[in-house]
Amino acid sequence: MAVCIAVIAKENYPLYIRSTPTENELRFHYMVHTSLDVVDEKISAMGKALVDQRELYLGLLYPTEDYKVYGYVTNSKVKFVMVVDSSNTALRDNEIRSMFRKLHNSYTDVMCNPFYNPGDRIQSSGSVSLSRAFDNMVTSMMIQVC
Amino acid sequence: DLFRASQLPAETLHQITELCGAKRVGYFGATQFYIALKLIAAAQSGLPVRIESIKCELPLPRFMMSKNDGEIRFGNPTELHGTKVQIPYLTTEKNSFKRMDDEDKQQETQSPTMSPLASPPSSPPHYQRVSLSHGYSKLRSSAEQMHPAPYEARQPLVQPEGSSSGGPGTKPLRHQASLIRSFSVERELQDNSSYPDEPWRITEEQREYYVNQFRSLQPDPSSFISGSVAKNFFTKSKLSIPELSYIWELSDADCDGALTLPEFCAAFHLIVARKNGYPLPEGLPPTLQPEYLQAAFPKPKWDCQLFDSYSESLPANQQPRDLNRMEKTSVKDMADLPVPTQDVTSDDKQALKSTINEALSKDVSEDPATSKDSNSLKARPRSRSYSSTSIEEAMKRGEDPPTPPPRPQKTHSRASSLDLNKVFQPSVPATKSGLLPPPPALPPRPCPSQSEQVSEAELLPQLSRAPSQAAESSPAKKDVPYSQPPSKPIRRKFRPENQATENQEPSTAASGPASAATMKPHPTVQKQSSKQKKAIQTAIRKNKEANAVLARLNSELQQQLKEVHQERIALENQLEQLRPVTVL
Repeated sequence: MAVCIAVIAKENYPLYIRSTPTENELRFHYMVHTSLDVVDEKISAMGKALVDQRELYLGLLYPTEDYKVYGYVTNSKVKFVMVVDSSNTALRDNEIRSMFRKLHNSYTDVMCNPFYNPGDRIQSSGSVSLSRAFDNMVTSMMIQVC
Repeated sequence: DLFRASQLPAETLHQITELCGAKRVGYFGATQFYIALKLIAAAQSGLPVRIESIKCELPLPRFMMSKNDGEIRFGNPTELHGTKVQIPYLTTEKNSFKRMDDEDKQQETQSPTMSPLASPPSSPPHYQRVSLSHGYSKLRSSAEQMHPAPYEARQPLVQPEGSSSGGPGTKPLRHQASLIRSFSVERELQDNSSYPDEPWRITEEQREYYVNQFRSLQPDPSSFISGSVAKNFFTKSKLSIPELSYIWELSDADCDGALTLPEFCAAFHLIVARKNGYPLPEGLPPTLQPEYLQAAFPKPKWDCQLFDSYSESLPANQQPRDLNRMEKTSVKDMADLPVPTQDVTSDDKQALKSTINEALSKDVSEDPATSKDSNSLKARPRSRSYSSTSIEEAMKRGEDPPTPPPRPQKTHSRASSLDLNKVFQPSVPATKSGLLPPPPALPPRPCPSQSEQVSEAELLPQLSRAPSQAAESSPAKKDVPYSQPPSKPIRRKFRPENQATENQEPSTAASGPASAATMKPHPTVQKQSSKQKKAIQTAIRKNKEANAVLARLNSELQQQLKEVHQERIALENQLEQLRPVTVL
């Protein structure tokens, strides 16, 4: 369902980015990058409000003609960005929320691994994956073709 | 044909086939086949052919094949579906050893031809793996000669269902025990044989060792090892970080960032297996699941209490328990002459207790050696001779080492004795949180001093001098260690070693001078000039290790520094944000 999923660290560099193998992968990267501005805007929109009150799910960041971009930010300012095909109008908000929740859960699982240094890329290295579970989860989310 | 080869009367065979439901199914499915074989075994041992007889432990049925007695093993009916083959292995082994029959009996399981061809492909690898163990290969070679190729093809322990896990696990254990009995020399082989066909099953000795290491990290066996502690510990295994990360992923089942005892054992086991060249599994093998491990090995204790509680828990009879019970009974079988336990639980229990006592004493004495061996597996190239000598020493000494010898590789030096470990262990938990803070400058200091001590101690093998040396070194060491407890644990962590034995030679700072004194003469007696070389080697190794540790420490500290910086910046930002608010 999701066409592209990205995990961006607090400093706005990508920890993990994965898109379905279509052409123009770079396009997705660019979209994700631009969406970061929107995310920051939403985060800072709180202003005086405490961070706790901010919801983690940011909702639709911005729609393009082809795609919709959703955002989600964790309490440690790690952002999840998901690009969804616009033709998939059947995707409801709740589904997106649940997808983000799953993402968050597997991300925390990766975090729990003491061998994972926060700030490292979440990647597969050679035969042994640094976060195989995370990969699998993301794959499952992307391959779910409605 | 196979059934006919079992030489049972025809009516019995008919009965068996009926019982196992083949008639109903119309053909021999795997389940039916298993049941049938079990019944054949029962029949052969004289039991009436009933379904209940399957539940007992049965010897392997004997099939008079063309060239030898093919003993076919298969899982207990209760665990037929994808679990383990145990007793069959064990009983086979045991039988072979006890009766001293032809080596045929020592053969691996031969899955019946009916087993899906999944096994043949896996058999070669298994076979190869098995032949890793010298002891096994010995048996095998003799067995191989006797057996025609088809049998070999059917060898593998992997059951037809592809239940790669299980079975052989206990077999290695028993095999070890039996090997010890029959072949006194095969100390090292034990460890090899502990890996033959079932790398994912943790043997008793291994388990005890893991538990010990767990204790060294975390005194309370029922609580957790935190992530950072475990990370440091496992990093010493010198596996690559991605692999360690993967192992962690596999073993931390609840993903809480901490390892309980079963999780820790699983992780340890995976690391050990990996070090020995086994590829990491895709998923956690059933034998390493925390629940299984927990049930299989209830609170580990070092005395008979374990086994008593064990036998008490027997009635609980869950599947894993059954497994272990079988294991125990097989141990028992090994202990006494193998009257295949044709009986049921009651006998088993009693036998268990007796066996347990036997096994315990056996285990305890073997423990150092075997654990050393198992550890030696980790550093096979390096520590081969080392471990063997140390094992011999241990055997000679006949004392119970304070803790299972740590892995041979990482030994930094004789000086880094377990005693030092003991010294630091109490302080370890306390300082765990402050692990990194201890000034890095400290470690270098003790290193040279320790290496000096080590070399000194080592180079003076004479009895008369050794005690004095030890006496000198121990006070010195005591000072040194206490000055930098935190850093020591880092290095000592993985220390497993045969060095443990040698460590006790130079000085037993922790165990107190008295015991140290008594221990010193013992080891020093055995110290030979060969130790000198080893001392130097260990000193070198230790230094290298210290370097690695320091480098790691450095990187960790820097990372912490970065994080602290970030926090500081964040806090400052918050402060600024709050300031305009308060102004209002």
